[in-house]
Amino acid sequence: MSPADTLRFAAAAALGNRLRSALMVLAMSIGVAAVVVLTALGDGARRYVVGEFAALGASLVIVLPGRTETGGVNPGSFITSTPRDLTVDDAAALLRAPSVNRVAPLAVGNAELSSGGRVREAMVVGTSADYLDLRKMALSAGRFLPREDFSRASGLAVIGETLRAEFFGNGPAVGRSIRAGDRRLRVIGVLAPAGQGLGMNSDEMLIVPVATAQAMFDTNTLFRIMVEARGREALGAAQREMETILRARHDGELDVTLISQDAVLGTFDRILGALTLGVAGIAAISLAVAGILVMNVMLVAVTQRTAEIGLLMALGASGRLIRTAFLVEAALLSIAGAAVGFLLGHAGAWAIRLAYPVLPAWPPAWAVAAAVGTALVTGLGFGVMPARRAARLDPVQALARR
Amino acid sequence: MAQIELEHIERIFRLGDSEVHALRDVSLRIEAGEYLAVMGPSGSGKSTLLNLLGLLDRPNAGHYRLEGRDVTTLSADEQARVRSARIGFVFQSFHLVPRLSAAENIGLPLMLAGVAPAERAQRVAQALADFGLEQRAGHRPEELSGGQRQRVAIARATIMRPAMLLADEPTGNLDRSTGQEVTALLEALNAGGTTLIVVTHDPVMGARARRRVLMEDGAIRRDEAVAPAAP
Ligand SMILES: Nc1ncnc2c1ncn2[C@@H]1O[C@H](COP(=O)(O)OP(=O)(O)OP(=O)(O)O)[C@@H](O)[C@H]1O
Ligand SMILES: [Mg+2]
Repeated sequence: MSPADTLRFAAAAALGNRLRSALMVLAMSIGVAAVVVLTALGDGARRYVVGEFAALGASLVIVLPGRTETGGVNPGSFITSTPRDLTVDDAAALLRAPSVNRVAPLAVGNAELSSGGRVREAMVVGTSADYLDLRKMALSAGRFLPREDFSRASGLAVIGETLRAEFFGNGPAVGRSIRAGDRRLRVIGVLAPAGQGLGMNSDEMLIVPVATAQAMFDTNTLFRIMVEARGREALGAAQREMETILRARHDGELDVTLISQDAVLGTFDRILGALTLGVAGIAAISLAVAGILVMNVMLVAVTQRTAEIGLLMALGASGRLIRTAFLVEAALLSIAGAAVGFLLGHAGAWAIRLAYPVLPAWPPAWAVAAAVGTALVTGLGFGVMPARRAARLDPVQALARR
Repeated sequence: MAQIELEHIERIFRLGDSEVHALRDVSLRIEAGEYLAVMGPSGSGKSTLLNLLGLLDRPNAGHYRLEGRDVTTLSADEQARVRSARIGFVFQSFHLVPRLSAAENIGLPLMLAGVAPAERAQRVAQALADFGLEQRAGHRPEELSGGQRQRVAIARATIMRPAMLLADEPTGNLDRSTGQEVTALLEALNAGGTTLIVVTHDPVMGARARRRVLMEDGAIRRDEAVAPAAP
C-alpha cells in the first residue's frame, strides 16, 4: 500500500469513530496544553523576577552583616561566635575604595507616623543622598536627602506617594512636618509613584538620614550597605577592595557577605528555572496518562475492527501493512491532539497575559517542542502494542467475529 | 499438474484437553477452471477446508500444493502475497468495510497491493459496470440491499483477477431469487476460466456444480463429477 493510501485509509478509520477519536484528541491536547500553560506561567514568573532585579543595576553590590557560607563549614565560623555589626563608619570607609562610586548605608524599621491628626504605621528607611540614584528612583516634588556626613541626624524626610496622599491630600507636602515616633521631621521631597516592586513598596516608605533612623530605633548598626561600583567591569575589583577594607576594619576577619546582582539573578534564575522544569514534569505526567489512554483507545479500535482486520488479511494484507495502518492512525490522532493542545496552550498563555499584564507569560520554545514531541512519541509508543496485536490476529478467527 | 493438490491433510483444533479433528486425511485434486461444491452437515469441516485452501489457516499435517508450489511452508507474508494475487474470497456475511463506499470496497485489494490510483479508478469503474453497480458506486454498504452487497463483495473478490474464487455459503444470507442471481454471477465468472469452489447447504446450488464433494466428520465421504444440470 502506498504511503498516501495508508494515510488516507488511517484518516478515514480515525474519522469512522468520531467519539473515540475526539476523546483521544482531547486527552492528548489537555496534556500538551497543560505543559504549554504551566511552563508559560513558570517562565513568566522567572522573567518577571529577573526583570525586577535587573532594574537594580548591574554594578550594584549589597553588603550584609554575617558570613553566609556556601562552600561548607569554614573553620573561622567556629572561632567567632557572633559577627561584628556593620556601622556607618564601615560605609564611609567603603566610599574610599577606588573602584567604588556610590555608597548608601541602610537602617530599616517600622514607626508610627502622624500628621494633622492622621496616624499610620509605615516603614522607615534610614539612608543617604546616593540612595535615590542607587535605587534608580525619582522625585515628584522637592529634593532628596542632602549630601552630608553619615553621622548627622538631621530631621528631614522624603515620603512615598501613598503617604503623601494619605497625610496631605491635595495640598502641598514639601515643607510640612510629620511625626515619626517621638521625632518631628520636615518633609523635603516626595518620591514619584513606583508601584509594587520587590521587597519594599517605595510608595509607602518614609526616608530619613541614616543617623536619624538609628537614633529612632536606638541602634548603631546597619541593616545593609548598598554599594555601586564604577561600572560593570569594575565590579570584581570593587568587591575585592571592599573585602580588604572590611577585613581590616573587622580585626582581620571577613564577617560580612557581599551579594552582587549577578549572583542574586543567577540564584533566582536557577530556582525559578527549576520550578518551571518541575511544573513541566508534572504536566508531562498528564501526557503519559494521555498516552495510556491512546493505548486503550487503540486496543478498543482493534477489538471493534477485528472482522475488518481479518478481511484485510484475506484480501492479501501482510502483518506489516496492518501494523503500519494502525500506527499511522495512532500517529494522526496524536498529531491532532498535539496541534489542538498547542493552540489551547497558547490561548491559555494569552489569557494569562491579558489577566496579569505584568507577567510575561510566554511559553518557552523548548517546553512547546518538548510537549508536542512527547505527545507524538507517547502516541506512537503506546500505539505500538495495539498495532502489533492487530497484526498478529488469526485471520480465520478474526473473520468469524462480527 | 492440477491447480490444487491436497495430500493427507489433517487439521486438529485443541480446546483445553479435548481435541476436535476438523479434517482427517483429506486428499483432493482440483484442476484449473473447475466448479466444485463442498457439501455436508454442519460441523463436518467445510469451512475449515476452505480456509486451508485460501491460506488463511495451516494444516497440522499433510501438504498443499498450489499451482505446483508447496504453500504450506511459506511465511505469513508470502502467503499474504499469494492470497492477494491468486485467491478471491466471498463470504456469507459479505464482510464489507462499513465506512467505505461500494467503489472503495471494490478497490480495496488494489489499494492493498499498491496499484496506482489512476489504474485503480479505471479497473474499479470497469468492475462497477460489469456487476451493474454504476448507480451505487458512492453508496455505503448500509445503503445497499443484500444482493447488492454480495455483488460488491464478488466484484472485490475478482478485481485482482484471481485464479480461484472461494465462496463460503455466498447465498446463505440472501433470499431465493437474489441467491440465484449471485449464483449465476459466480457461474459466469467460472465460465470465464476462474476456478470456483463453493461451500453450500443449498441442494439446488449444489446440484448446479459440475463436481460435488460431500464431507462428513472431517473426511471426504463422496467426490462425484456430474454432468451439469440443465439451467
Ligand atoms: N477455531 C476453532 N477452534 C476449535 N474448534 C473449531 C474451530 N474452528 C472449527 N472448529 C471445529 O471444527 C469442526 C469443523 O468446523 P467447520 O467450521 O469447518 O464446520 P462447517 O462444516 O463449516 O460447519 P457449518 O456448516 O456449520 O458452517 C467443528 O466441530 C468446529 O466446532
Ligand atoms: Mg462453515
